[in-house]
Amino acid sequence: MSVLDSKVPKGPIKDKWTTYKDKIDLVNPANKRHIDIIVVGTGLAGGSAAATLAELGYNVKAFAYQDSPRRAHSIAAQGGINAAKNYMGDGDSTYRLFYDTVKGGDYRSREANVYRLAEVSANIIDQCVAQGVPFARDYGGLLDNRSFGGVLVSRTFYAKGQTGQQLLLGAYSALNRQIARGKIEMFNRHEMLDVVKVDGKARGIIARNLITGEIERHSAHAVVVASGGYGNVYFLSTNAMGSNATAAWKIHKKGAFFANPCYTQIHPTCIPRSGDYQSKLTLMSESLRNDGRIWVPKNMDDVMAIREGRKKPIELSEEERDYYLERRYPAFGNLVPRDVASRAAKERCDAGYGVNATGEAVYLDFASAIERYGKEQAKIQGVSGASKEKITQLGEAVMEAKYGNLFQMYEKIVDENPYKTPMMIYPATHYTMGGVWVDYNLMTTVPGLYCIGEANFSDHGANRLGASALMQGLADGYFVLPYTIGDYLADDIRTGSISTETKEFDEAEKEVKDRIDFFMSNSGTKSVDHFHKRLGKVMWDKVGMARNEKELKEAMAEIKAIREEFWKEVKVPGSANEMNLELEKAGRVADFLELGELFAKDALIREESCGGHFREESVELEGEQKGEAKRNDTDYAFVSAWEYKGEPADAVLHKEQLEFKDIELKQRSYK
Amino acid sequence: MNLTLKIWRQKGPRDKGKMVEYKVSDISEHMSFLEMMDVLNEQLVNSGEEPVAFDHDCREGICGMCSMYINGEAHGPDRGVATCQLHMRMFNDGDTITIEPFRAKAFPVIKDLVVDRTSFERIQQAGGYISVNTSGNTQDANALPISKHAADEAMDAAACIGCGACVASCKNSSAMLFVGAKVSQYALLPQGQVEAADRVKNMVTQMDLEGFGNCTNTGACEVECPKGISLENIARMNRELVKASLVKF
Ligand SMILES: Cc1cc2nc3c(=O)[nH]c(=O)nc-3n(C[C@H](O)[C@H](O)[C@H](O)COP(=O)(O)OP(=O)(O)OC[C@H]3O[C@@H](n4cnc5c(N)ncnc54)[C@H](O)[C@@H]3O)c2cc1C
Ligand code: SF4
Ligand code: FES
Repeated sequence: MSVLDSKVPKGPIKDKWTTYKDKIDLVNPANKRHIDIIVVGTGLAGGSAAATLAELGYNVKAFAYQDSPRRAHSIAAQGGINAAKNYMGDGDSTYRLFYDTVKGGDYRSREANVYRLAEVSANIIDQCVAQGVPFARDYGGLLDNRSFGGVLVSRTFYAKGQTGQQLLLGAYSALNRQIARGKIEMFNRHEMLDVVKVDGKARGIIARNLITGEIERHSAHAVVVASGGYGNVYFLSTNAMGSNATAAWKIHKKGAFFANPCYTQIHPTCIPRSGDYQSKLTLMSESLRNDGRIWVPKNMDDVMAIREGRKKPIELSEEERDYYLERRYPAFGNLVPRDVASRAAKERCDAGYGVNATGEAVYLDFASAIERYGKEQAKIQGVSGASKEKITQLGEAVMEAKYGNLFQMYEKIVDENPYKTPMMIYPATHYTMGGVWVDYNLMTTVPGLYCIGEANFSDHGANRLGASALMQGLADGYFVLPYTIGDYLADDIRTGSISTETKEFDEAEKEVKDRIDFFMSNSGTKSVDHFHKRLGKVMWDKVGMARNEKELKEAMAEIKAIREEFWKEVKVPGSANEMNLELEKAGRVADFLELGELFAKDALIREESCGGHFREESVELEGEQKGEAKRNDTDYAFVSAWEYKGEPADAVLHKEQLEFKDIELKQRSYK
Repeated sequence: MNLTLKIWRQKGPRDKGKMVEYKVSDISEHMSFLEMMDVLNEQLVNSGEEPVAFDHDCREGICGMCSMYINGEAHGPDRGVATCQLHMRMFNDGDTITIEPFRAKAFPVIKDLVVDRTSFERIQQAGGYISVNTSGNTQDANALPISKHAADEAMDAAACIGCGACVASCKNSSAMLFVGAKVSQYALLPQGQVEAADRVKNMVTQMDLEGFGNCTNTGACEVECPKGISLENIARMNRELVKASLVKF
């Protein structure tokens, strides 16, 4: 028997959460004043949690490595947030959102968690509107929705192309209100470097003040980690430069199991890389797939002509283009889920049809949408017999209203006008479904240690649907954790404040300081980025969009070798007692170098293709689905939860068997 | 491209600081400005020198972390972009580029190009919110229709990324554009009405306490703002202030 207990409440799925809330222990408001909670990370998940916990009366200490909570990487989310409001009257419901999420995740998530997520989704929109989040509206003043990939309803709420920004600023405002009331103490420019356990329970953290370099001790009755995803293990990703796995990895090393590290989302619509100096990749929101058609030329001659600049994409006739998603997946077309769209782009580029100099780009074309909207507008505005130019002009205005900021962003980076020529896009690492294992209460395998938002593994299975991460982060922070943590803390009302002058804090602090001292005194010759880039290359080449046994084994060995070299050769200038950005990076890359190996190991043992994890050995060989990913429910319908044992290669696997009682296991078909 | 960089180096808050000259070569026009800085820093690390500290995170113009004053302009010569979105195609081979931190009394330098913008945080804490708790039984989002016009205008004001370029560009170091944007967002929405008077008064009081200067309508802030926050927001805030002074409780 596994040591994992998911603590899913009994009873029908529709009633689980309600019954749970009715039965849990509550902490009386007067006692909440005597309880401290640490929240590491103030993005959507941590920010909403910290604010809500403070509103409830707990004393919250919140940490972020940026200079303000408003800068967490949630700010960069563009497209939108899902909620089962059914405002469009197109047949949406809690059940349908639940179903779409489980199916989109390729049946590798926990049903009860996903149902709860769908259930609270509607509340999120109500809450955000009450906070003053300026969601897009229609002319009647009601909220507008758009569609995202992998679903057949319109349930995505948005604020122009800056939905994450507006939702984060909403959470930030709630946070600020509590900071002003003195209920939250905010530690900006602080990085958590370890968790402290006392008698097996999480009771505090060690953090570094990034301005002074001081190592600080902070205690609490419970610790919540909301530090975001680990996509930067690939070096290049759509994450922020500082996005890291350190908090999650440090708690893993202290006993929190790490689940499904190999489930990573490679997003189909990102701006292709342009050179070796590239520091990050920029996403072009999936919402563009509502109106863009993806294609490459049918003929190799045209590919060559385009690459050499002899031909322009707009010169190709319809017959000369291969709209490969529409061809392969007629039912969903350009709106297939992300993993499917990404692999299809890779397939075409591997076959030689990539349209830029590196051969790693496909077109995302808005010409038909511009024409369609133009004609529609001409009708609405009563322009009869509108010329082609007039129609284009009207259509472009509609596109600008919908995607103006994205088009501008593209033009600034690529120096081409996407209204006039198709965008070039290519897949890039974007989101990590894997993360710290948590039970139904969002608690890790360490008592009193919680993990929320992208940092945990829950809800999205092997593939996340668009606009569902913002939903999950806010669901965790506003509506789930504040209940579940209360149930745990009800036992702590008589504990009193936790001292930081104990041997547990001494030891944790010493470990942190020793590591910093090592970096400062090591006489290496290579920069931190040098190692990070090498790790990223192995990850992308061998643990990227398509994986196989041979290369995964090679990857494990190569990452280990890079890690060993890192510990000999890394060079960190400056000193530890001041702001030192290289030192910050060194610590983060050291953790990525361990996580990367576990990631490859996880991918190696999962000998099936599911969601974002594609094993070349596991594809359908016959029938309508020929060539598509092949899942293996008999042997792999489980969550891999890894226990730390020193070297990543020695990690021990625990399996949480997934049960599907409310949804029938089916092959995902988007044909 | 080969370039000469003149960069502000300052060890810490109490150090006097000075401009230091560096050379970088083989810079591609497709690089972003910060990627060019990465090249410089890699060069410095390899030669055993301390790299230049600068703030950055998202590198896509939305987090508001990056903050360089380039050739005398906040976020550099391009319009409608943050430093991280500036590309080297805006420069020419052989150019000399001066790079300084955002300067203002309320933004003290921490190190090199990194400044302390916590004064902005305190202004937001003084009133940049609507007092509503999380409960799970807030009224349905569509129970309160809001005109598309107002929602769009509120969104435009809310697009501010809190970078501080407005302050750095203003000869008086005024934060009126930043504060005006937040006040406007809520002033334009029905949800913001209940606390409108207190909000504007408290935020403006805090702004003054932090040592930001007065607005003399030069409009430099609007020109350099990467998000196109318009001066109308300042006018709206002034109207809100007048309204607030008439409110008696
Ligand atoms: C470009 C982009 C676009 C996206 N678009 C969408 C979208 O349209 N819809 C959608 O649903 N999802 C989208 N996503 C995904 C979604 O934005 C993220 O999954 C989500 O915002 C993560 O929120 P979070 O709160 O878990 O983490 P984050 O917002 O990343 O916050 C992490 C927090 O942890 C802090 N932190 C990290 N490490 C430490 C440490 N060691 N010590 C102290 N603090 C630490 C950081 O300072 C920060 O405050 C997008 C993601 C990206 C990258
Ligand atoms: S108003 Fe503009 S310049 Fe000022 S902080 Fe906001 S985004 Fe930056
Ligand atoms: S780095 Fe985020 S706005 Fe420039």
